[in-house]
Amino acid sequence: MSDVLSTQSRGSLHARFLLSRTSSGLLLLALMLAGLCIASLGLGRYAISVQTIIRIIGALVWPGEQLQPAWTANEWVVVAHFRLPRVIVAAISGMGLGLSGAVLQGLFRNPLVGPNIVGVSQGAAFGGVLSILLGAGALGIVSGAVLGGLFALTICFILASASGSGILTLVLTGLVVSAFFGAAVGVVQYLADPENQLPNIVYWLLGSFASADWSAVLTIMAPFIVATTMLLMMSWRLNLLALDDLDASMLGVNVKRLRWLIIFLVTLIVASQVAVSGGIAWVGLIIPHFARMIFGADHRTLLPASALLGGIYVVAMDDIARTASSQEIPIGLLTALVGTPIFAWLIHKNRNRGWRSE
Amino acid sequence: MDISSSNPEAAVSFSNLGHAYVPDTWIFRRYHASVRKGEIFAILGPNGRGKTTLLKILLGAIQPCEGTLQIDGDVAFVPQLFQVSFDFSCLDMVLMGRARKVGLFTKPKASDLNAASAALERLGIAHFAELPFHQLSGGQRQLVIFARAIAAEADILVLDEPTSALDLQNQQQVLRWIYALSRQDGLTVLMTTHHPHHALAVADQALLMLGCDRFDIGPAKHVLTKEALSALYNVTMARARFQHRDRSMETLVPVFEACPDRTQLLETRGVSEVNSTIM
Repeated sequence: MSDVLSTQSRGSLHARFLLSRTSSGLLLLALMLAGLCIASLGLGRYAISVQTIIRIIGALVWPGEQLQPAWTANEWVVVAHFRLPRVIVAAISGMGLGLSGAVLQGLFRNPLVGPNIVGVSQGAAFGGVLSILLGAGALGIVSGAVLGGLFALTICFILASASGSGILTLVLTGLVVSAFFGAAVGVVQYLADPENQLPNIVYWLLGSFASADWSAVLTIMAPFIVATTMLLMMSWRLNLLALDDLDASMLGVNVKRLRWLIIFLVTLIVASQVAVSGGIAWVGLIIPHFARMIFGADHRTLLPASALLGGIYVVAMDDIARTASSQEIPIGLLTALVGTPIFAWLIHKNRNRGWRSE
Repeated sequence: MDISSSNPEAAVSFSNLGHAYVPDTWIFRRYHASVRKGEIFAILGPNGRGKTTLLKILLGAIQPCEGTLQIDGDVAFVPQLFQVSFDFSCLDMVLMGRARKVGLFTKPKASDLNAASAALERLGIAHFAELPFHQLSGGQRQLVIFARAIAAEADILVLDEPTSALDLQNQQQVLRWIYALSRQDGLTVLMTTHHPHHALAVADQALLMLGCDRFDIGPAKHVLTKEALSALYNVTMARARFQHRDRSMETLVPVFEACPDRTQLLETRGVSEVNSTIM
């Protein structure tokens, strides 16, 4: 941002320059994400050329009689049935986590906040593992996770409203709810059959896109589209929540109602993501920092930027997870291993910029 | 003093107003006032007398324990200290003043951006627009928040010690804006202040918070007297009369004494030291 500061403002001309710079930055990120997704479809033990991938996608989007398909049956199965749903789920998971992280950090006026802070991730994890314990199928696990996330949020809401409406109360309540559901997940693991259920539970909790299919795409896509559209429409309002409560309410904002509406939308995104691909740590925490460094604090650009960066990050991490070694690395481990040192560096580098610790 | 609280011309009126954070420990009680539209209303009182509490009640942030309050119009608030968690530009900050005009699911339009720019321009700080808000000094931030209140196009402006962080030049400038907003734009201005001379310069009415259920209200010149202020703040006040640009002006200034009783202070030291310092 230093070049922006040194050139100073010259009224609307400068504002227009900034605007065009921002939108071309977002466009660039969107193109990068699209390119990475297409490239990812070719990556893996069975390498496929970009040309073939584009033809297969074309055939999926505009189905028609192909007299002489330009691909083999194997290539079709690998792209259309395995890699495409997986890449879509990875991209949406990453976009959802980046966006929810940015939203929650703005909401709680705290850069150390992530989707786990209001207990949603843990609640969703509990719902998911409980469903596995009860022997539910894929749909059951998904519904369990969404219900668990909403259940945790409701408890958080009731506890926080009962003891005041301040930010600190909410964060502490989230901590308590997270700890409770964390323990509940432990109890389920303790009760689970160590031969069959426990490995499933542990693997699910670590997070993986390996099981992604078209039904997983539907599961994660519907809540993502609804919640993201609403959050992007409200992005300017989020700027107002960074003010203190009295100040924001004096500007005509119904702080409490807006805050809970936003938390509910974030829950939809996070819980459906956890249901499909398990807990993917640190994405929602570090991605918004990078987005804020590049695009500034205005949520109108921060939200789309965080979403796109999150998508790029998770798709890239997933590519590494499935190609780096002969056995797939759980992506939750990878994002935590990469994310924690980055976050430590960000705290050090950024302590006086982009957000304020006071 | 009998002021009707049912004045249709009143922008803000309250009667029998009282508040206690702890039951039966009244911060203030039986306060009443009526502020006409377009008037400047100053609230003065020592620290801890309840100015902030009264302000919060007027802003609707606190429900008063007793009494009635009527407010006719949209209120814009300029807080005294200002913190913001993220690195917004000044233009972004001023744009937030438009929140009432922007729907829940929409974003500010060009007209909102123009209003924000115009507010910055009006205060002569258009060059702040792209600067990060948190890099400004306390006084500069106050000016930006003042611009935000102007951009809000509210009917009533509530200012919590608007001149507290400003240097002399900016104090005068802010007082001029307050006056202009009241007289040209017809805004009603409610402000707390610790400076009687500021209230005397611009206020139509003043409320002096003397004690829990004692207050004085009326035209600023009648309420803010040398005697009343000396007694209230326990500080010697002097009346200053002077000619300025062929006008006869008058104001009240506090006379600060570094040591309340010089001989008493000196006695506490050694006598020899007294001689060496006094001579």
